Amino acid sequence: MLILECPNCGVMAEEAELVPGGEAHLKRFGPESSDADFEGYLFQRENPRGVHFERWRHAHGCGKWFHAARCTQTLEVFATYPAQTTAPPQDIRDAISAKRPGWTWREIR
Amino acid sequence: MSDPASALGGARFDGLAAIEELAPRGMITLRGDLGMTALQGAATAATGAAFPARRAIAWKGDRALGWMSPDEILVMVPYDAAGDAAAAITRKLHETHHLAVDVSDARSVFRLSGGVAAREVLAKLCPVDLSADAFGPGQLRRTRAAQVPVAFWMRDAETFELICFRSVARYVFDLLSVAAAPGGAVGYFGHGA
Ligand SMILES: [Zn+2]
Repeated sequence: MLILECPNCGVMAEEAELVPGGEAHLKRFGPESSDADFEGYLFQRENPRGVHFERWRHAHGCGKWFHAARCTQTLEVFATYPAQTTAPPQDIRDAISAKRPGWTWREIR
Repeated sequence: MSDPASALGGARFDGLAAIEELAPRGMITLRGDLGMTALQGAATAATGAAFPARRAIAWKGDRALGWMSPDEILVMVPYDAAGDAAAAITRKLHETHHLAVDVSDARSVFRLSGGVAAREVLAKLCPVDLSADAFGPGQLRRTRAAQVPVAFWMRDAETFELICFRSVARYVFDLLSVAAAPGGAVGYFGHGA
């Protein structure tokens, strides 16, 4: 069972309290964007074995969204952090680098 | 004025723990910036209770303030006082971005008594650490009970109160009753099962 600490209310929430929100930090491409950008925004998703960044919602709790950095291979959770960020915070990237040297995710490393 | 009726007419089940549906209670959802002095003042004026910290609930007699989320406070008052209390909050906060709505009739309230047995009944249904070390009076927890959202807190070391949507009151009462059925003790919290 995946257990994530909700940064909004501080609860260590079991997966049963959470609803997954898909990949984190997607940049929206809307009207007047190129077809390729729009297609990428709609359909292109990472599916890594290893470090991944996701959105989750504490649906059966405080109701708020947040981000999680975790490993899809081991289920290790590196950190959870606020929804109001457009990229993983540097301290979390550093913590991941200490455990998974050389990791990359999209253009982030 | 018509008499308010609870969803299950005060249903009761006596098993490992006692499950009772309580009479309707006044509840106001207050949303806004919880850091604002004006909002805190309106909430405390409605109840006399201290403004609650994160995940806490504070009581003053039969009135309480419960922390529901980073922008939501549950204001509890007697059923008959909810309309006036909500109006008073709205009046106080008329210059502040907020929402104050009387949601009393949307909710049902249950009491679970029986100390560790009551803890065990809830622990069967909710993904929450209900050991006495982890949860006690003064805390408020929103979670799920089987398939539906609930919130609960303790009135004293032996007694829980739990709220759910009125539309699922029967479901929640049946859940709690089955979890409290005689012969179903697990003894996880160390009460000689
Ligand atoms: Zn939460």
